[in-house]
This record gives sequence, structure tokens and C-alpha cells, in this order.
Amino acid sequence: MDVLTENAVNATMEGTTEIDPYMWAGVGTAVTIGISVLGAAWGIFITGSSLVGAAIRAPRIQSKNLISVIFCEAVAIYGVIMAIIMQTKIVDATEGAEPSFFAGYGLFATGLTVGFANLFCGLCVGVTGSSCALADAQNPALFVKILIVEIFGSALGLFGVIIGIIMAGKCTLA
Amino acid sequence: MAPGGMLLFNTDDGYLEAIIRGYRAGILSSADYANLCQCETLEDFRMQLTATDYGNFLQNEPSPLATTTIQEHARKKLVDEFRAISTQATEPLATFLDYLTYPYMIDNLILLITGTFKEKDISELIDKCHPLGLFDSMASLCIATTPEELYREIVVDTPLAPYFAECVSLDDLTALNIEIIRNTLYKAYLEDFYQYCQKLGGATAELMGLLLQFEADRRAINITMHSFGTSLRKNERESLYCNFGELHPEGIMRLARADDRSSVASIIEPYGTYRRLWSAAMDNPDKNLEDAFFEYEVYLAKQAFDQQFHYAIFYAYLRLKEQEIRNIGWIAECISQKNKSKLNKYIVVF
Repeated sequence: MDVLTENAVNATMEGTTEIDPYMWAGVGTAVTIGISVLGAAWGIFITGSSLVGAAIRAPRIQSKNLISVIFCEAVAIYGVIMAIIMQTKIVDATEGAEPSFFAGYGLFATGLTVGFANLFCGLCVGVTGSSCALADAQNPALFVKILIVEIFGSALGLFGVIIGIIMAGKCTLA
Repeated sequence: MAPGGMLLFNTDDGYLEAIIRGYRAGILSSADYANLCQCETLEDFRMQLTATDYGNFLQNEPSPLATTTIQEHARKKLVDEFRAISTQATEPLATFLDYLTYPYMIDNLILLITGTFKEKDISELIDKCHPLGLFDSMASLCIATTPEELYREIVVDTPLAPYFAECVSLDDLTALNIEIIRNTLYKAYLEDFYQYCQKLGGATAELMGLLLQFEADRRAINITMHSFGTSLRKNERESLYCNFGELHPEGIMRLARADDRSSVASIIEPYGTYRRLWSAAMDNPDKNLEDAFFEYEVYLAKQAFDQQFHYAIFYAYLRLKEQEIRNIGWIAECISQKNKSKLNKYIVVF
């Protein structure tokens, strides 16, 4: 590593340690819920706009295909659950003790893991859900088949949540 | 952002795409055609159509029904659907849909010019124009004697103006020149539209590329075939070919030098698609090359529906519906003339 890069790395490391662990934990929590909701909202509009259009000619699909919207919604719920778990870890440090950097970084990483897993899960379910609505409108026999694809897509977000819970389990500030 | 993008396409166009897919479900199926072919009279025909997506669109028409009336109403239904879509479209879809109406505009313009030559009443002619290709300055079309006048008086206010530049050099409006104007306009339009679709990128560029390349090649072959025995010079003919397509550039160059049908056959021999279409048309005495082209166009247009998040389905839907209207017209004509032997010459879409 040349001198310049070394200096840059050192400066960054010093920079990160100057940020309070509570800040890391707080931003991590915000990222969890924020990015998860972004994924859910994105998925819902991709599915929703197709669903609304397709339901004009085939009104029977509208209640059946709400399940695609619910799958997207679930992604936001994962985010909420994780944010609640994470905020229980953010407690005031006891008198005289330093808050743990390990926990601060850990919660930040948890936030990124869960947030982005949920973002991509939401997109995946949204695109599949949109195709599901269009396909169902043309041929009702296709609904269940595409729904299975959608269920696998929606499981992706759960993987992020599971890893997130394990990660957050080790991190308690103070 | 390309409109072919999976993640953002639905922001503006998802609703309209879903609606057009809904319309697609209304396209007559092979079972519908089988029922229509069973009809003995046009009254039966009207009854059968009621059972399809057309519903009672003919209910206010007095008997006896003319085949042209049926086609006219079918076309009106298509135009209504198209208008419903295009009024809701935002950019860039709105521009794309505008492009789809230009060919009708070109046809209407040519119809009006030919009509005024034969000194027909202009309001009567406007009734015959395709409703998708109406433009404002139509009614004021006075008798233009040169393409330059025509350009200054009428075309300059329409979206066709940029395409007209090449025609202004022609001296006067004769029957041959009018055909040249039509084809030059169409060529310029196709090239422009092709460019536009390529600029949009994504699946739109890919699928529209296939469809428009086929359109360009079909025109090149048709122009060549129809030019034999006319006074069209070879360099003029060459200027009517589009600058893209599967045949471009080598096939086009050779087509420009072709002298008869058999040389056209040998030129398109290396191109698998056109070789197949040509031999399909030659092997079957009931079918000409035109029918083979229409069949292939339907095949390509149907493929556009296999992908999602792109604009080509709007174009494809229009093409499929046009084919359906031709089919309905053909079957109705066969029934009214009691000529059932030729009834099967329609192309099943789905």
C-alpha cells in the first residue's frame, strides 16, 4: 500500500471512530426501515399500475392479485420488525462506561443488510406481481404458477431479516 | 432512462400497457373465426360478432348491411381504443403513438391529392380518410399543381413536413409522381421512426427494430416487384428504399438493379426469412407474396406480446387489429357474394 492510500485509510478510520456509536446505530435503524419501505413502495407501484390497467378488461383479477401487493407490503413490515428489534439494542450507557463501537458498527451493518435485502426483494416481487396480474388477466390458469415464483421472490427478504436478527443479537450498546 | 427498463417503465406506462393487453384479449380467436365462417348471411354475421368483443357495435345499422359498413365500424372501434390510450399517454410514449398515426396521414394526403386531381368533392374525400390520420389543414386543401405548392399550403403545418423535403424537387403532380411522393414520404417516415425507436433503447428498440426492418424490406421488395413495366427509372427506384433493414445494404443494392421477378427471387435467396416467404407464396396457388408478408407480420407482432415493459406492443396491437379488420372484411365479402370456396384466405391472429 503506498503512502497516499495509507494516509487516506488512516484518515477514514479516524473519521469513523470520531462518529458516536449511537449515531451508527441510529443511522442503521433508519436505513433498515427507510430502504425497506422504498422497496415495498416501488414494488407496489410496479404491480399496482399493471393491476389497475389489467383489471379494466378483466375485473375478476382485482381481489386475487391484491396478494401481490400484500407480498410487497410484507417487505415494509420486515423493515418495521427489524427497526423495532434494533431500537431495543440502543440503550443509554451506564454511568462512566463507554458505548460499544462494536455494537454501533454492528447495528449499522444490520441496517444495510436488511434494508438492501428488502429493497431488492420488493423490486423482484413488484416485477413478478405485475407480470402475474397481466398473465392472470389473459389466462386464469397462469395465476397460481406465477404466484409460486412470487413466493420464492418474497422469501429473499426473509433471508435478510434472519441474518439481520442474528447480527443485531450480538450488538447491545453499553 | 429507456422505456424498456423493468424498474421504471410502469411509472408512466404500466397502466396503458396493461390496458392494451386487455384489448388484446378482445382480438378474435380461431374459434370466433370458425363461427363467423359458418354464417350464411350478413345478418348471421352480425349476430355472431355480437358474441365477440365487438358486442353490438352494429346494432343501429339498418339492414341490409354492407361489408364496408362492417369494416368502417370495426375501424371506428379500433380508433376509439387508440384514442383512449393516446390521450392518457405521457412522453415519450405520446410521441411514439404519434408516430403510429403518420402512415395514415400519408395515405390520407395522397388520397386527397389523387381525389382532387379527378375533381372529386373534397368533403366526400375526407369521409373516406382514415380517422387516425386526420389533420387540420385537410379541409383547406385547394388544388395544388406542384409538390412545392402542396408543401407550402398544406404539408408545412403537419408533422409530415420534414419528410417532404425530398419531394419538393419534383416538377409537377402526375400519377407517377404521386406514387413517388407517397413512397418517399413513407421511406423518410420509416427511417425517422426507426431512429427514434433505436434511441429509446431497451426491449422497445429490439422489438421495434425487428418489426420496422421487416416493414422496410417488405416495401423494398414490393416497390421492386411493382416497378417492372412502369416508367420508374432504376435510380429513382433506388432512392425509395430505406437505409436500414435485413436486406440493407447488399440486398438493397442488388434489388436496385433487378430487372424481373426471377432476379428478385435470386436476390432474396440468401435471406432465410424472405426465401421461406417467397417459396411459401410460390408453392401455394391461393396465396400471393403479399399474403405471405401479412402472415409474417402477424407472427412478428404476436412476438411483441411475449415481452413486458416496452412500447412495441402498441405498434403490434395496431398491426394485429388492422389484420383483423381485413379478415372481417374478407369473410363478410365472401359471405355476401356467396363465394365460400375462398373463405379460408384469412389469417388467424391468436
